[in-house]
Amino acid sequence: MSTAVEATHHDAHHDHKPSGIGRWLFTTNHKDIGSMYLLFSLTMFFVGGAMAMVIRAELFQPGLQLVDPHFFNQMTTVHGLVMIFGAVMPAFTGLANWMVPMMIGAPDMALPRMNNWSFWILPFAFMILLGSLFMEGGGPAFGWTAYAPLSTSYSSDSTALFVFSVHIMGISSIMGAINVIVTIMNMRAPGMNYMKMPLFVWTWFITAFLLIAVMPVLAGAVTMMLTDKYFGTSFFDAAGGGDPVMYQHIFWFFGHPEVYIMILPSFGIISAIIPAFTRKRLFGYSSMVYATAAIALLSFLVWAHHMFTTGMPVFAELFFMYCTMLIAVPTGVKVFNWVATMWKGSMTFETPMLFALAFVILFTIGGFSGLMLAITPVDFQYHDTYFVVAHFHYVLVTGAIFSVMAAAYYWLPKWTGHMYDSTLAKTHFWTSVISVNVLFFPMHFAGLAGMPRRIPDYATQFADVNQITSIGGFAFGLSQLIFLWVVIKCVKGGEKADAKPWEGAEGLEWTVPSPAPYHTFEKPPKVD
Amino acid sequence: MKPLWALLAMLSLPASAESQLNLTKGVTEVSNRVYDLHMTIFYICCAIGVVVFGLMFISMIRHRKSKNPKPANFHENVKVEIAWTIIPLLILVGMAIPATTTLIAMEDTSEADVTIQVTGSQWKWHYKYFENDVEFFSRLATQQEQINNKFTKSENYLLEVDRPLVIPTDRKVRFLVTSDDVIHSWWVPDFAVKKDANPGFINETWTKVDEPGIYRGQCAELCGKDHGFMPVVVIAKEPAEYEKWITDIEAKQEAARQREQELLSMEMSKEELMDLGEKVYNSTCAACHQPNGQGVNGVFPALAGSGVAVDPEAKSKHIDIVVNGVSGTAMQAFGQQLSMQELAAVITYERNAWGNETGDLIQAADINKVMNQ
Repeated sequence: MSTAVEATHHDAHHDHKPSGIGRWLFTTNHKDIGSMYLLFSLTMFFVGGAMAMVIRAELFQPGLQLVDPHFFNQMTTVHGLVMIFGAVMPAFTGLANWMVPMMIGAPDMALPRMNNWSFWILPFAFMILLGSLFMEGGGPAFGWTAYAPLSTSYSSDSTALFVFSVHIMGISSIMGAINVIVTIMNMRAPGMNYMKMPLFVWTWFITAFLLIAVMPVLAGAVTMMLTDKYFGTSFFDAAGGGDPVMYQHIFWFFGHPEVYIMILPSFGIISAIIPAFTRKRLFGYSSMVYATAAIALLSFLVWAHHMFTTGMPVFAELFFMYCTMLIAVPTGVKVFNWVATMWKGSMTFETPMLFALAFVILFTIGGFSGLMLAITPVDFQYHDTYFVVAHFHYVLVTGAIFSVMAAAYYWLPKWTGHMYDSTLAKTHFWTSVISVNVLFFPMHFAGLAGMPRRIPDYATQFADVNQITSIGGFAFGLSQLIFLWVVIKCVKGGEKADAKPWEGAEGLEWTVPSPAPYHTFEKPPKVD
Repeated sequence: MKPLWALLAMLSLPASAESQLNLTKGVTEVSNRVYDLHMTIFYICCAIGVVVFGLMFISMIRHRKSKNPKPANFHENVKVEIAWTIIPLLILVGMAIPATTTLIAMEDTSEADVTIQVTGSQWKWHYKYFENDVEFFSRLATQQEQINNKFTKSENYLLEVDRPLVIPTDRKVRFLVTSDDVIHSWWVPDFAVKKDANPGFINETWTKVDEPGIYRGQCAELCGKDHGFMPVVVIAKEPAEYEKWITDIEAKQEAARQREQELLSMEMSKEELMDLGEKVYNSTCAACHQPNGQGVNGVFPALAGSGVAVDPEAKSKHIDIVVNGVSGTAMQAFGQQLSMQELAAVITYERNAWGNETGDLIQAADINKVMNQ
């Protein structure tokens, strides 16, 4: 009798959560921090999305109707920054916080107090960035790439706030990355060697190294921008002996690995979901790991493919073209492995799987346009047109963001303890996948026909294409409200979820009850 | 319905050469090679796509749980994995060979017949012919009213300029591309030429146009507020016609320079100055300082009721700013872009319009003094 009481009491104590606002402000719990990251990311997704709606509304027809060109430039700039640093990266960090400890059988992240900091500085970074839009002269209007000298000599005073907010975002990312690396290296359950880690853990492990390598480069670039603008240095000013193209080299040395920071964790997510709903082991686990590492290494050798038109020597152009083309090989291996995983499987099509399948197809289309862009002579025609906009939205929206949605549907039952409304979720999938293609596919044609990117008004020949694109954009934006609805509904209640709601799912996260208790794996599980 | 039809047309149409939905074939040997390369890669991508997506869809149909309740057990095959590393690599080598030869041809700027310097600035192009004493600015010709949806849009809306660049056909024309302020990019799709204009540095590119005609392009690098309003128009003429055009324009520009010198000793009346000044202001200055002289808060300073434009002491400073620009800001040097008369008129206008009451009249001679200091 007394033992039973003690056990119950012990269990209750075990899952004790601090209450009130303090639970969230001072938390060091990886699950709470993960939830906050995800919530923050979702908020920013809607903020950045609202800016995209402004852009699409202005481009609905030729002529200037809603916003002036200066404000249009602010919208494109801040849309990019918010989506990259506010939506996609925090979403992955949120998933890492929630899932990495649970997947490797660790009770928490290795550096929980730093984890709290790396989250809480983020909202401040974005308050600064978004606040700068209300300054005299407007917010940053030089594109998310912030090319000098437009961003130095010719920018408004919000540049100082832009630089400061980018610094804070960078610090947050680096702290998050350190935490992931230390956690994975030190806190794996006994028996889980590196080649037994789930691929999501592997891809984040590699991503974290990329983050640590390149975020300081970005910090350096924007600091030079700041000193050029305010302290009379001439890093990027030819009149003082500097070079504006040097800014681009530094920026893209960060910027190219950055795009892999935003896609490698997706590969991990998809590599978890496809086997689960195919009821078959992932094909070629080790080649997946090697391919990820190869992509990460190659990503450091290809930055100048963003700069083919800047006037590089022909041998540099050839080198960067060859290296860029090479990335298609490991990326192809990943796609072939996913297809081979499906082959002769026993597939079902729950919402996470639908998003994963759409990911494979649409990300591959983005990969094809990427390969086309790699071919230098043709890139001269594609560069800075809507073809590029189409390309990177295929890899970032139907790639990165679709994988985050797949992950959310896959793990929502684990996070909330409830099954989500599957009909609504499938509605969200179908409206999203149709509208996103109406949104981005015609952009390829606009680009090929010669429409430059970042223009608020365009020649009348592009009118039809833009109208279709805008309609797709509004539809895609509205579809995401369904997602919000599904998530809120699922958090509030719904059918009780089992510890392992998906028949074919594998991994330590499914061995704990749903919802995952506040504290898990205080005694490490044994992995064989 | 129109957009829906356009979408259907887009999806059903194989990217054909005539279509406005595909890359242009262009009018040079290089642009044709680029187009062929584009189509080759496109077809290779399509073929790979058909195979990969085809296998996926076969799996989705034949290997679904209802059809295939027992999944197979394989999860590794070294031979297959090596094959799908090596085969794509070979395909890439196949693509890289034509790409390399085309690129080397594109970058060979040697032995040009005509050399033209292209300078980008916010938001216009300046063209300077090296073999002749000819240079001029080329600005957007579309009226602001069309942009603001008040007038019907013309056929070449946003793709028309006041003074197009003229080049000869069948001659190798070399372009030296640079910039006055921020980075721009000079792009004519029909030539497959796109080169960044970097301040302080000169890039080289070239073209050899086969057919006479008018070719249109745009600036392709975000260069500030009016990035969307910076078209490039090139007219290619037969060599004989080109020679005639260039000697004509050379003579005209020389005559204009002489007239300018004669005007130095003449005084214009206030009405004349204000009339001409208003025209010049609206075409040259209003984009930034706004038609009412109010500027844009925090970006472009106001001229109405503030600063040098109302300070009687700052007359020569005002001239200096307009003629020489303010380095490190968006204020360009207009000394080379406008005639002395126009400069005198616009400064007079700025000092006496919108309630500014300095009463100062600026004459061409005052401008000449500043320019020849």
